[in-house]
Amino acid sequence: MRLLASLKISARALRRNKMRSLLTMLGVIIGVGAVIASVSLTSGATKEVEDQVSSLGENVVNVFSGNFTRGGMRGGWGSAPTLTLADSAAIAQLPNVVAVTPEVRDREQVLANGQNWNTLVMGESPSYPQIRNWKMARGAMFSDDDVASLAKCAVIGQTVVDQLFPNQDPVGQTIRIRNLPFLVVGVLAPKGFNLFGQDQDDTVVVPYSSHMHRITTRRFVNDILVEASSSDTINDVQDEINELLLDRHHTTDPDFTVRNQLELMDMVTKTSRTMSLLIAGVAAVSLVVGGIGIMNIMLVSVTERTREIGIRMAVGARAADILVQFLIEAVTLSAFGGAIGIGGGVAFSMTVSNFYGIPAYTPYLWIIIAFASSALIGIISGFYPAWKASQLDPIEALRYE
Amino acid sequence: MNSKPVIQLRDLCKTYHSGEVEVHAVRGVSLDILKGEFVAIMGSSGSGKSTMMNMIGALDRPTGGQYLLDGVDVATLNRDALAKVRNEKIGFVFQGFNLLSRTTALENVEMPMLYNSGRIRAQERHAQASKALNLVGLGSRSGHHPNQLSGGQQQRVAIARALVNQPTILLADEPTGNLDTQTSIEIMGVFQTLNDQGITIVMVTHELDVARFTKRMIVLRDGRVVTDEPVQPRSQADVELGKLKVAQEAVQLH
Ligand SMILES: Nc1ncnc2c1ncn2[C@@H]1O[C@H](COP(=O)(O)OP(=O)(O)OP(=O)(O)O)[C@@H](O)[C@H]1O
Ligand SMILES: [Mg+2]
Repeated sequence: MRLLASLKISARALRRNKMRSLLTMLGVIIGVGAVIASVSLTSGATKEVEDQVSSLGENVVNVFSGNFTRGGMRGGWGSAPTLTLADSAAIAQLPNVVAVTPEVRDREQVLANGQNWNTLVMGESPSYPQIRNWKMARGAMFSDDDVASLAKCAVIGQTVVDQLFPNQDPVGQTIRIRNLPFLVVGVLAPKGFNLFGQDQDDTVVVPYSSHMHRITTRRFVNDILVEASSSDTINDVQDEINELLLDRHHTTDPDFTVRNQLELMDMVTKTSRTMSLLIAGVAAVSLVVGGIGIMNIMLVSVTERTREIGIRMAVGARAADILVQFLIEAVTLSAFGGAIGIGGGVAFSMTVSNFYGIPAYTPYLWIIIAFASSALIGIISGFYPAWKASQLDPIEALRYE
Repeated sequence: MNSKPVIQLRDLCKTYHSGEVEVHAVRGVSLDILKGEFVAIMGSSGSGKSTMMNMIGALDRPTGGQYLLDGVDVATLNRDALAKVRNEKIGFVFQGFNLLSRTTALENVEMPMLYNSGRIRAQERHAQASKALNLVGLGSRSGHHPNQLSGGQQQRVAIARALVNQPTILLADEPTGNLDTQTSIEIMGVFQTLNDQGITIVMVTHELDVARFTKRMIVLRDGRVVTDEPVQPRSQADVELGKLKVAQEAVQLH
């Protein structure tokens, strides 16, 4: 029998019981919709986290003072003073190390233009923008000479620009930190929020030497950022730093922590993989539930239409014709439900995304998977009822009341 | 009369087991129906006419005896082969019409063509179905659903459906049961024309007047053949129709 004719018969049978068809589809609609919505939202979140992790810079190894892998309460990240500029210089000598910057951080009140603004003042080396993969919007980064001369110059983030120099070009102007004038030599391109929801553009970057001698007086740095030559060497670099620092600190019990970006990335993908598994589980359950609903209604439909089946057989329909007809009906139900569910899921995640400002992103693969599995569930759950229908005896079916 | 038997029944039996009771609906019928015959089967209600027709129509299987269709023992055919026989060789008009409800007359008539082994295009199906409906005088009602048609009209849709695949055998279980005299004669005219073209027709009827249009009359009683004789004299549809017109004019029915 021709497919088109079967489709027409199925469509008519489904339209005849609109409400029932809709209710039957509802299981699949809700299941697929929920899956697509949660996939879209988690993929969006994962993608954003990934973007942020890579916005930390590529192939970056972080060296923190203090040991927080041991759970030893030494104050956590970067608080216990153990790392020195000499450590940083030694790390720079290691093979496969492309760039290094020691980091010192401090919140300071910054004045300019009669405005004043509390922001994070960071002491860095000139390699900082390169390591963080951070472009300059205007001007240029300060130089090694500036570091050597403890120069009073600064590169500022966009938020600081907005606060202190609204509608002005800050390059060439002066800001005051602890009453010291710092010349603004550059503006960092906007970078947005980081993983912890901090505004990365709310910052002033000065030479670490100036920070350590002019703004504050300290001998230790908070942490050291290291850029490895490639993702292949990043683990080696991490090991070597470990070894080097243990040696330099004359200890076997590390008083520092070395983390690389691949580990962070791993954590993110692990989390998203767990989420995906969870979603897949929910999807499987809801599709099974939807499938049971379809099977149920198809069994009812076969019973109701026993006479019709008998009539069709009496005029020459073969078992296969009847089987195909009912299978198509079941698949139409589930595939249609799946399509509605996909549309609904995408619409829902987009609404949530617009409303709460969280990113949503639906991978095409998931759309294909969702549609294919809803069609498949139609075939599976429709098969038994369709087979039952096809095995009816024509004369018995005709006599059915 | 030319030729070989298309339907051969050898001691055909059908016994129904409904609970404890055994109903012997057909008990040992043997007869040959040749190609081109036009047979009326008569008998009182419950004498086994429909049961026998269902077996001849390859819808039901006998519980005893043998049925050869075109020399082939139907018992040896599988489900699909039987479906093919029903689709292509036999046109069946059911006593209860058995039309699909909520489906137009035209689509009901088209339905057997959907299951044809050779693919028939939608346009062609339409054309054939319309032709069959015109033949039974229902051309103008092709868009109506069965529940919008009178009993007689439904019966004619059922006849059109039986004819649409151009069967070589037409089996009709009381095809005129719901028709008025004039339409009955018209349908008999259609049957006689088809029979003249070579189609073998077996028809159940209660009315002797209708049976007179056939060539051979078989009477069943309690599942057995009690009479089997040629129809003499035979009525001709056009003649009878003329007579009826005269009679109707006399009472001003039209
Ligand atoms: N499915 C069935 N189960 C049990 N008994 C049946 C069944 N079908 C028919 N019978 C019995 O078989 C006998 C013959 O029935 P059948 O329908 O062949 O009669 P018929 O000659 O066609 O009668 P009518 O003129 O009223 O249509 C009847 O006694 C009937 O009760
Ligand atoms: Mg009967």
